[in-house]
Amino acid sequence: MTVDRAADLPVLEARDLYCERDDRDLFTGLSFTVGRGELLQLAGPNGAGKTTLLRLLAGLNRDYSGEVLFQGQALLKVYAEYAAQRLYLGHLAAVKKALTPLENLRWLTAAQAPDDDRLWQALEQVSLRGYEETPCMQLSAGQQRRVSLARLCATDVPLWILDEPFTALDKDGVSWLEQQLERQVAAGGTVIITSHHALQSVPGLRQLTLGGSL
Amino acid sequence: MWQWLKRLYHRLGSPKWFYEISARWIPWLVVLSAVGAVTGIVWGLAYAPADYLQGNSFRIIYIHVPAAILAQSAYMMMAVAGAIYLIWRMKMAAWVAKCIAPIGASFCLIALLTGAIWGKPTWGTWWVWDARLTSMLMLLFLYFGVMALQQAMESEDSSFRAGAILALVGVVNIPIIKYSVEWWNTLHQPATLKLTEKPSMDPAMLWPLLIMIVTTYAFFALLVILRTRNEILWHERKRQWVRELLEK
Amino acid sequence: MSLVTATIRRDLLLAARNPGEWANPLMFFLMVAALFPLAVDPDPSFLEKIAGGVIWVAALLATLLSLDGLYRPDVEDGSLEQWLASGESLYGLALGKALVHWCISGLPLTLMSPLLGLMLSLPDEAYAALVLSLLIGTPVLSLLGAVGAALTAGVRGGGLLLSLLILPLYIPVLIFAASAVYHAGIGMTYNGQLAMLGAMLALAMALTPFAAAAALKINLLR
Repeated sequence: MTVDRAADLPVLEARDLYCERDDRDLFTGLSFTVGRGELLQLAGPNGAGKTTLLRLLAGLNRDYSGEVLFQGQALLKVYAEYAAQRLYLGHLAAVKKALTPLENLRWLTAAQAPDDDRLWQALEQVSLRGYEETPCMQLSAGQQRRVSLARLCATDVPLWILDEPFTALDKDGVSWLEQQLERQVAAGGTVIITSHHALQSVPGLRQLTLGGSL
Repeated sequence: MWQWLKRLYHRLGSPKWFYEISARWIPWLVVLSAVGAVTGIVWGLAYAPADYLQGNSFRIIYIHVPAAILAQSAYMMMAVAGAIYLIWRMKMAAWVAKCIAPIGASFCLIALLTGAIWGKPTWGTWWVWDARLTSMLMLLFLYFGVMALQQAMESEDSSFRAGAILALVGVVNIPIIKYSVEWWNTLHQPATLKLTEKPSMDPAMLWPLLIMIVTTYAFFALLVILRTRNEILWHERKRQWVRELLEK
Repeated sequence: MSLVTATIRRDLLLAARNPGEWANPLMFFLMVAALFPLAVDPDPSFLEKIAGGVIWVAALLATLLSLDGLYRPDVEDGSLEQWLASGESLYGLALGKALVHWCISGLPLTLMSPLLGLMLSLPDEAYAALVLSLLIGTPVLSLLGAVGAALTAGVRGGGLLLSLLILPLYIPVLIFAASAVYHAGIGMTYNGQLAMLGAMLALAMALTPFAAAAALKINLLR
C-alpha cells in the first residue's frame, strides 16, 4: 500500500481515463499519479495522443471520460484554483509579433504580475538582453520561443505542463531549459512534459509511454 | 410525469432506440402526409369558396401559410435541439438540429416564393418590403448562417456547437428583428397592403388550411426522421448493432 | 493586474502599433459613402434624404471589415489557449475584447461621421441624431459582431462567413438608427429610436458576452 502517498496527496491523479478521437481510441483505462519533485515525460510515437493527454491534464480538453484529480479534488471543479497553480505552455507561443519581448512577457505573466525587474532578469536568462525593445517580428523563431519560455523563470508556479518545449531551441537554449526543469523539480515542483528529448539528467524523471497503435 | 419525461429523454438520447422506434412511426407519417395533402389540396383548391376580394389567387395560402408557420417553428426546434446539445451533450440532438436546418430553410424559401407569387396578382408586384416578407427573408438568412456554420469547421463537434450557439442567438434576435421590421414597415407602407390579416375566415376556407398545417407538420416530421436515421447510421457505423443491421 | 485588463492594454497597444487595423476600416467607411452620390444621384435634395441610411450602411460594413481580426489572431498564435488556461472568466474577456473593438472601430467611425454628413448634404438638424445614434448603436454592432467573430475564429476563410452570420442580426440596429437620423432630418423627434437603441445596447451587453464565451470554448475541443 502507498502509505507515504496518503500523507502527501499527489499533485495530479488520473483515474481510468478514456479518450477517443475521430472514432479511434487514443487511450483506455489510463491511471497514474504525479507527485511533487517529479517530472513526468509523456512518450510515444506521433499520433499516440500525447498532446491530447497533456491538454486534458491541463484542463483544456474536456472531451473524455474518467477522472482527473488535482490534490484530491476533481480538476474541473477547482479549475480557477488549479489554473493559478499551473503553467501551461502549448506548441503555440502566444507571442504577438508587433510587441516587444517585454510587453509579451508582461501579458503572458499577467496572472502572477511579477515586477519589471523580474521580467528583465527572465529575459536576460533566455539571452534576450538587448532585444527588450525590439518587436518580436524581427526575432528568429527560436528567439520568439524563448520569449514564451521566459515565463518559466519569471514566475513561481508549482506545476508546469509543457508541450514540446524544446522545439526550435539551439544548443544553449536546450541546456538552459534542462537546467530550468532540474531547478523546478529540485524545488519540489512538478513538471509534465511531452518531448522526444532525452531527459535522463533530470532527477525524479518518470516516463509514461502511450501506445499509438492504430 | 417528470419521471416519464426523464425516461423519454434518456431513450431519445439513444440512437439505437430512436432508430428502431422511428421505423414504426414512418408508415403512419407517410399515410398522414399523403392523405392530408390530398384532402387539404383538393378541398382547398377545388371546394373552398373563392375569396370575395382576391378571387381564386388566395388559394395559395394553403401552401404559403403552412410553410411559413413551419419555417418559424422549425427554427425554434433547431434552437432547442442545439441547446440540448450544448447543455447535456446529447449527440442525437446535434444530429437532429443538423437535419432540421436545410428542411426549415426549404420551407422558408417556399413561403417566400409563394408569397412573391401571391403578391403579383394581389399587389401587382413580385416583391414588396412587407413586414412579413422581410422578416421571413431575415429568417432565411439566419438559416443560411446556421447551415454554413454547421459544416464550417474541421471537427464536426465544433461545427455543431457553433451552429447551436448561432441558432440560440437567433432565437433572441428573431422577435427583435420581427418587431423592428414591423415597426419600420408601418412607417413606410400604407396599411392597405395588409390583405393577409383576416379578422375572421370562413370555416369552409379555414378547415382545409388547418388540415394543410397538420399535414405539413407530419411531412416535416417524416423528413426529419428520415434524415436523422441516415445520420445515426453514419455516425454509429462502427457500432455492433449497425453492423448487424447491415449484414441482415 | 488581471488578465482582462492586461488583454485590453495589450490590444490597444497592438492597435497603436498597427494603425492599419483601425485606419483601413475608416478609409473604407469614407469611400463607401462616396460611392453613393456617384452611383445614384449627386443632387443634394436627393442625398439629404438618404444620407443617414447611407452613412449607417457604410458604418455597418466598416465594422464588419474589422471584426474578423478580433479573435482570429488570438486563436492562431495561441493567446486564446492561454486565456482558457488562465481560468479567468471568459465573460469578462469577451466583454473586454468587444470594448476594445468598439474603441478602435465604432468610436472613430462616430467621430468621423459628421464629415460624411457634409459630403452627403445631411440636413443640419440631423447631425446630433447621427452622432448620437452611432455612439449608442456601434457598441451593439461590436458586441453582436464579437459573437460572430468568436464563432468563426477557428474557421479558415471565416471572414465572409462572419458577414453572412452577422448581417441579419444587425438589421434592427440599422432600422432604428437610420430612422432616428431620417426623422431628425425632417424635423421630427427621434427619442424613441434612440431609446430602442439604448435598450438593444443594454440587452447586448448583458447577453452577447455569454454567447461569445461559449463560442470561444468551442476552441477547447481542438
